[in-house]
Order: sequence, then C-alpha cells, then structure tokens
Amino acid sequence: MTGSVIVTGMSQAASGEPTFDFSTNVGSLELNTPILTASGCAAAGRELDNYFDITAIGGIVTKSIMLAPRSGRATPRMAETPSGMLNSIGLQGPGVESFIENDLAWLQQRGARTIVSIAGGSAEEFGKVAAKLRIAGGFDAIEVNISCPNVEDRGQVFACRADTAANVIQTVRRNSDGRIPIFAKLSPDVTDIVEIAASVAQAGATGVSVINTLLGMVINTSSMRPALAGVTGGLSGPAIRPVAVRCIWQIRNALPDLPIIGMGGVRSGHDALEMVLAGANAVSVGTSIFNDPSAPMRIQNELEHELRIRGFTKFSQAVSHAHREIDSTLQINTAIDDLDPTDENWDFISE
Amino acid sequence: MNSGAIQVMGEVLDVQRTGKYFVMSVTAPGIAERTQPGQFVTVGMGGEESSMILRRSFAIQRVQSRGIYGGTLEFVVSPVGKGTRWLTKLRRHDPLNLVGPLGKPFTLPTKAVTCVLVGGGYGSAPLIMLAESLRDRGCRVDTIIGASTEKKLYGELELKRVSTSLTLTTEDGTAGVHGRVTDALENILESSQVDVVYSCGPMPMLASVAEVSTARKVFSQCSVEESMACGIGVCMTCVLPVVGDDGITRMLRSCVEGPVFRGDRVRWSDVGTIPDGTLGKEVVRP
Repeated sequence: MTGSVIVTGMSQAASGEPTFDFSTNVGSLELNTPILTASGCAAAGRELDNYFDITAIGGIVTKSIMLAPRSGRATPRMAETPSGMLNSIGLQGPGVESFIENDLAWLQQRGARTIVSIAGGSAEEFGKVAAKLRIAGGFDAIEVNISCPNVEDRGQVFACRADTAANVIQTVRRNSDGRIPIFAKLSPDVTDIVEIAASVAQAGATGVSVINTLLGMVINTSSMRPALAGVTGGLSGPAIRPVAVRCIWQIRNALPDLPIIGMGGVRSGHDALEMVLAGANAVSVGTSIFNDPSAPMRIQNELEHELRIRGFTKFSQAVSHAHREIDSTLQINTAIDDLDPTDENWDFISE
Repeated sequence: MNSGAIQVMGEVLDVQRTGKYFVMSVTAPGIAERTQPGQFVTVGMGGEESSMILRRSFAIQRVQSRGIYGGTLEFVVSPVGKGTRWLTKLRRHDPLNLVGPLGKPFTLPTKAVTCVLVGGGYGSAPLIMLAESLRDRGCRVDTIIGASTEKKLYGELELKRVSTSLTLTTEDGTAGVHGRVTDALENILESSQVDVVYSCGPMPMLASVAEVSTARKVFSQCSVEESMACGIGVCMTCVLPVVGDDGITRMLRSCVEGPVFRGDRVRWSDVGTIPDGTLGKEVVRP
C-alpha cells in the first residue's frame, strides 16, 4: 500500500475518542447501529449471544418463519464454493406460533432489536403470518422473504416478477400494524432489480433488503451427481459481494430516497463500508457468521474505525457517499494510509 | 443460551502422522479445560482472507494441561479435502482459529457399569477421552475398533492403554479379526452383560451398532459425523431425523442437539432424507 500518511481521524480517535454518531434511520426503523444479522444465518439470535452481546448491534434479523412447522429439505444441504457456499435448507422452521412463543419472547426478554423475516408459499400465507405477528407484537420490523417459490405459480419465486412481488408486499402491509416498517428482500436473479424495488415500494414496502442469494449449482465429481439434495441452491458469501454492491448502487441511483438494507458477502468493516457508500442505510452480516461467530460485532467495530479514519462524525454522512458529485462540500479524509490504492488513483485523476 | 463455547486463537504444537491420519496438538486456552468426551472443535481454514469460508469440525480425542501452554487439545485429521490438507501442512507455532467446546458430550454413567466402545476409522479418536473418563468411574471398558484396512485403523496403542480389553477388526483381514466391528460387538453382547454401548464412526457403522444394541435391549449412544457449515446451531445444514420422547420425528442439528444421539432414536435408514411423518414435512402436491 502506497500513499501519504495524514491521519487526522486517527489522531483524534487516539486523543480521547470524539463521539461518533453510529445511529441510522432505515425509513421509520431507527437503529442504534447499522449492523444487523442476515436472515437464515443467525437463527433467532440465541446461539450467537454466546459469542457477542446481541443487544450491542443494530438488531437481529431472524430466520424466515412460515405459518406451519417445516422440516426443510433432505441433506446434503450445503456445499462450499470459492469464497462462498451453496445452501438448500428449504426453510426449516418451527412455524410462526412456536416462533412467537419461544424465539420472539426470548429476543424481547433479552432486549434485542428484532426484525422478523417471514416467508410463504402464497401471498395468502404471507398475510396469515403477518396477522399472527401483528397480534403478538414485540418486534421492530418485518423483512419479507419473497425469494421463495410460489406454489400457485409453478414454483416461480415471487421476487422475480414486479407484480407477484408487489402482491405479497401489499398483503403483508394490509395484515400488519401500519407503524411497522416492512422490507422486501430482493433477489438479484432478475433482469432489472430497480423495477422490482420500485414496484414493492409502490406496494407499501418501507424499503428493500438487497440482496438474497443467487441461484447456483455444484456437481459432486465423486458421485457424479448434484452435490445438494435439492439440486440447486442459494449462493452466498464474499463471492457475491460485487453483485450486491451493484444492486445497491443501481437502486440507490434510481430511487434516492428508498431505505436500503445491504447484504451479500460482507466479511469486514471495509466490505460493510463499501455497501454504505453504495447506498445502504444498514448492513446485514450473513454467511460470514459461519466463518466467525462474532462477525457482526467485529464488523461493527471495524466499520466504525473505517468511518472515523475517513473523517466522518456520523454514520449517515457516509450513506450513498459514492454517489456524490466530485466537488462535494463534505470534508472527508482521502489521503490516509488505510485507503485502497484504487481510491487514491481515483483522487489523483479527479484533481 | 450459554453453551460455554468460546472462540480463541490457538497455536499448533505438533502434527504427527499415523497411518492415513494426522494428529494435531494445539493450544486451546479456555476450550481444553472445559471439554467433555464427545465434544468437538471447529477450525477456521486457510487464514483470515481464505476462500474456504466454512470451518471444519473435529472430535476432540484428548485434552491436557501443559504448563506454560495452558490447556491443549488433540484432534485427528483425515486429509481428504482442500481444507484438511491445508491443516495437516501446518507446523509448530502456526496460529489456528478455534471455536469450542461444541456439541452434546457422551452421557456418562453415575455407577461403575460395563461399557463397550465401538470406533470405526478415526471415529475411535473421541473414544480415547471417553474411555479415560469411564475408567475413572470404575467402569469396565471393552473397546472394539475397526476399519476397512490396517492403515485406516486409529488409536490402537492409546485405546489399549485405557481399555479393559481391545479388539481390532479389518474388513480385508490385514490386522486383527477379519470382519466388521459389529460382528465383534455381537460376540461381546452375547457372551456378557453389557450396560451401555458408545460408538463413533461412519454413518452405516453407527446404524449397525445401534441396531445390534437395540435388538438386545442395550442402551447405545452414537456420535455422528454429519457435514456442518457453522457448528454452532445457526445454519441448519447438519440435520438428521431423530424420534423424540413424544414419538415425533424431527430434523435435529448434529452440532447442538448432537453429535451424540441415542442409538435407538435416530432413524438411521432415513438419514439423508425427510422421512414420512417428520414434523413439518411438506405435502407434495400432485
């Protein structure tokens, strides 16, 4: 790494830590910090509480819950891939009633901010799950996992079409408390993710969660059969991060005011910062938890450091900062040793 | 939930080749001290920026307190994949990212009873620590270890030291008795009164051990080897069908609800599938 060393942010931090405002507003969802767990990678928070204080991060996004208990798919359910993994769990879960009674109650008692992820095989099922949650209360937002197969439409996922995606969001909105923020979790496996984002926003979503896994497949060359019992699976992990950054960028570009929760392969504070700069108002950490059980807490600390050394005093200043005009008035440090060489080159060219 | 597991940076003390396997001795302060027989550790692969993002799980074969190192532990690696080959190439003082102790340990008897331990391949590794605990409790420990061939047997010397008796079997007859561990197990169950059978090894072997034990109304505990992504209970990849006290089959996680299961409760012939009657099995629409 080359470059001059002007470390104003660092020296400030060293001489008595000036306050840093880490809070974020993701639409009407106000969080103390922008780091969340990603759905399906943290169960309902309980196991992770052993490795870090789950109340010290922005919140827990729980594993997608459906109306009835669900066994999920046969094994093998996962395969490691370069800088990633493929999974085909099939939404194993205890059903919404058991979830409310056990998991949600525990999260509430623990004092964790909770975003409940819901799934369904039909718009009607999504609505029923939302209605049960509305009665139960005790959570901060809903994330709608529309990347599950629509049993009424030959197993096509809701997220792949603007109209089916919007229909689910509308149904969830109708069955939820009007004050509850609702986020639609979008699939990157579409031609135009901006169109889907606009359509769910129109249908009443507070914002979007971007991105879900990409559909992938691995063949086991010993058995010479598909590696997963479910044949195809969702690709996650650092391998998909550039796709996530691209999707966040495109949505932010087209819809400047739409709240975005960014996710997809975040492994470090640096990775989280990339998503924030692209337009994410909060960042979920998923597959990296499998690699490092305390990843959300570590990444939160690293992100704060990355923001401070760049001279930000508030998290919100960094959101969408990569979209700024080049003569932005905000004073940030660009000549620091931690910056990527590519950033420095860019600064050089812009002058 | 406080499972007591922690994440620590350990250090490699020694890598010893034995037959087809490698025994890794590592420092694991805070993990080693709390490990019970049957528990496992997960190890981060390839360093911080590794493209191998999934941790690998290893049954702990023994823990020790070694003066300046604090707690150390040993586990056995069969170098069959990219991650395990990387691991066996590590040398003394290399750092290792460890999480543990994980999983439910073997349940130990409160009285001095008669136990049979059955290990297949390097599945015999956790039986070493188990045998020591059982002998400490005054139990009789008859151990059977087997493999397809001599080079794949593991733990003969260690287990001979801690067991009341040791029987070896190989399927090709290159060492010990020509045959399978279950043949030797049937002989013992037939000739003497056995209170509990403990087992660890490949799934088909565990299925036979459980079947033979249950048929003779002997309580068995089996430690399964399922492929895991997280090892801590959040990813849901290591599930297998297990019948609960209520008679209902559920897909349970090997990492937190196992790896030790009651032999009579696992639906062995259905492992890898979602058998009919499993809680939440989706009804397939025509």
